[in-house]
Amino acid sequence: MRGRPLLYVDYEEEQSLFPTNVQKALVVVGALLALSIPFGWVPGMKFLAHPGWLQLLVIALIFMIGAAGLNIVTGMAGQVSLGHAFFMGVGAYTTAALSGNPTAALWGLELPMWLGVIAGGLVAAFLGVLIAPTAVRVRGLYLAIVTLGLVFIGQHIFRNWNQVSGIPELGRNWGPFELALWSADGPKIDLSNDGEWFGVFLPSEGKAFLFMLVVTTIFLLLAKNLARTRIGRSFAAIRDRDIAAEVMGVNESKAKTQAFAISSFYAGVAGALYATFLGFLPPEQWSLFLSVQFIAIVLIGGAGTVIGVVLGTLFVQLLPRVVENSTDFLSEQIANETLLAPVADLVIKTGAGDFGVLSLDAAGAGLSIFQANTVIYGLLIAVFLIFEPLGLYGIWLRVRNYWKGWPFTY
Amino acid sequence: MTAHGHVGHRTLADWRHRSGGDYEHLLEFRDVSLSFKGVKALTDVGFHVDDGELFAVIGPNGAGKTSTFNCLNGVYRPQEGDIFWKGESILGQRPDTIAGYGIARTFQNIELFAHMTVLENLLTGRHVRTEVGPIAGALWFGRAKEEELANRALVEDIIDLLEIKQWRKYPVALLPYGIQKRVELGRALAMEPELLLLDEPVAGMNLEETEDMARFILDIREELGIAMILVEHDMGLVMDIADRVMVLDFGAKIAVGTPAVVQQDPEVIKAYLGEEHESI
Repeated sequence: MRGRPLLYVDYEEEQSLFPTNVQKALVVVGALLALSIPFGWVPGMKFLAHPGWLQLLVIALIFMIGAAGLNIVTGMAGQVSLGHAFFMGVGAYTTAALSGNPTAALWGLELPMWLGVIAGGLVAAFLGVLIAPTAVRVRGLYLAIVTLGLVFIGQHIFRNWNQVSGIPELGRNWGPFELALWSADGPKIDLSNDGEWFGVFLPSEGKAFLFMLVVTTIFLLLAKNLARTRIGRSFAAIRDRDIAAEVMGVNESKAKTQAFAISSFYAGVAGALYATFLGFLPPEQWSLFLSVQFIAIVLIGGAGTVIGVVLGTLFVQLLPRVVENSTDFLSEQIANETLLAPVADLVIKTGAGDFGVLSLDAAGAGLSIFQANTVIYGLLIAVFLIFEPLGLYGIWLRVRNYWKGWPFTY
Repeated sequence: MTAHGHVGHRTLADWRHRSGGDYEHLLEFRDVSLSFKGVKALTDVGFHVDDGELFAVIGPNGAGKTSTFNCLNGVYRPQEGDIFWKGESILGQRPDTIAGYGIARTFQNIELFAHMTVLENLLTGRHVRTEVGPIAGALWFGRAKEEELANRALVEDIIDLLEIKQWRKYPVALLPYGIQKRVELGRALAMEPELLLLDEPVAGMNLEETEDMARFILDIREELGIAMILVEHDMGLVMDIADRVMVLDFGAKIAVGTPAVVQQDPEVIKAYLGEEHESI
């Protein structure tokens, strides 16, 4: 009986996260490849060991935690929330107040990072619980508008509470990105300075990458387990048929409160880690754009699935880099007057009087790279909603099913 | 080792409802009236259901059959009268609380969780009979895993009983109508109910599907001993399997009794066939 694929002899085996041997092997190989990234050992992935790329990947890993949180409330429980940036901001400033360095104008208790991050998550979760009752009263588009209001209220508070969030449009510093049990003088794992690990020299971003790889994996596994047990199913029941769910014994307001609390906890932790990793952020960071970015991640990846969170975050985080690289490429074409130069000239605005969709010096008409990214996010959300509601995960499902049956069509 | 590879898990046979207890009737409606502004949906409706009984509610469209269910479930709150479950009033309690007492329901228009598979739908029915919270669930190992496996074993028994094995992993939205109706019955059964409300279980079904469903209803009754209230327009089915029948018309009770008695009742004949008029 053993060793025959797709033959299960008990439920435990069949219900495990990775039931087939192929999946188990892929997970092991994937984990090893991910762990090797900062060391640059694997041919073809060496370029990722550059600090610039590593920083991008660390931010992607942190965003995965935030996206997993939004996925719980929006993907699983079906409550569209635009307030995710607010909860991230709450997490970030709770951490700043607890583990930041105090100055004459700024609060900061210099507590260790882990304490600040967990507290950030808990405070955000508490505010999530306060918001949840509105989700019981209003639904769909109306809830989206209510949570949108939250972002603007948050922006106002963050801009004006200068002891916590620093000067508007400038910001404040966060504590060091390091793992210390209690104080910075005691034993600690330093993640914010370059150094040697296991006899190999690693840039600080490399250390942060390995740390975040572990933390994000834990958070994603917790989200996955939640999804496949009782509470996760009650969220999905509320999303699909709320009246039927209640008649089946699911307490609607309790389920929505739980969804908002867990989602906000994830958001708070993500915001805290993001701010601490970058070290310095203005209060304007926690704006609607950030919320929309997370909506884009969840929708593009595949709402309601944890693997979609991973795919969506990588896609959305790497997109600006791709846009940047392609504009660089087009600029080179113009400079070298190659065959592509006329096309490139249409896209890139080179001088004051020149026509171009993108303007690299951010002056005059034309979109800056940031604005171009915003437009692309918007387009992608629309395109995915219309053509592929299951997102990248849905595309993957279709590709997989095609090859499963190949050369037959079914 | 049982067939499921787990020792000690509950099976369907274990939860055969044991009737009896310190109450007169399992369920009692006492003069329940429900109105929406001027529309009187129910007027002084009173009836009772006993342990293991198959009680049918019939009546023309708009007679108040589904409203009766909605009052019982706590979805609607009647303005007058009282509803007793095992001798205690359940009026004004939330639907999920009432579900916790062991009152399960299927819907007239299928209300399955469309994005879930058959298996997940049935497992959702286990919600009231399980207790793992978000933290234990997220940690998986320990209580959550144990509970999931026990749930799975029980749900598989229901899948066996209703003969939906080949649909187990299908998203319910893809299934044919008759199978969806069966899945909905299974989801209600997963709640281990003591009273099962069936709202038109064979509506829109062909003869073969109707016979299958009738067989399942009788199986559930015999093997599990669950009391049932059946709302149905298929008179053949109702008269064949019901113990007692209540007839509603315009929100009022016009007859109650065994199928044979109700069929001969002049009021019932009038409600269904209309009155004889002298031709002009």
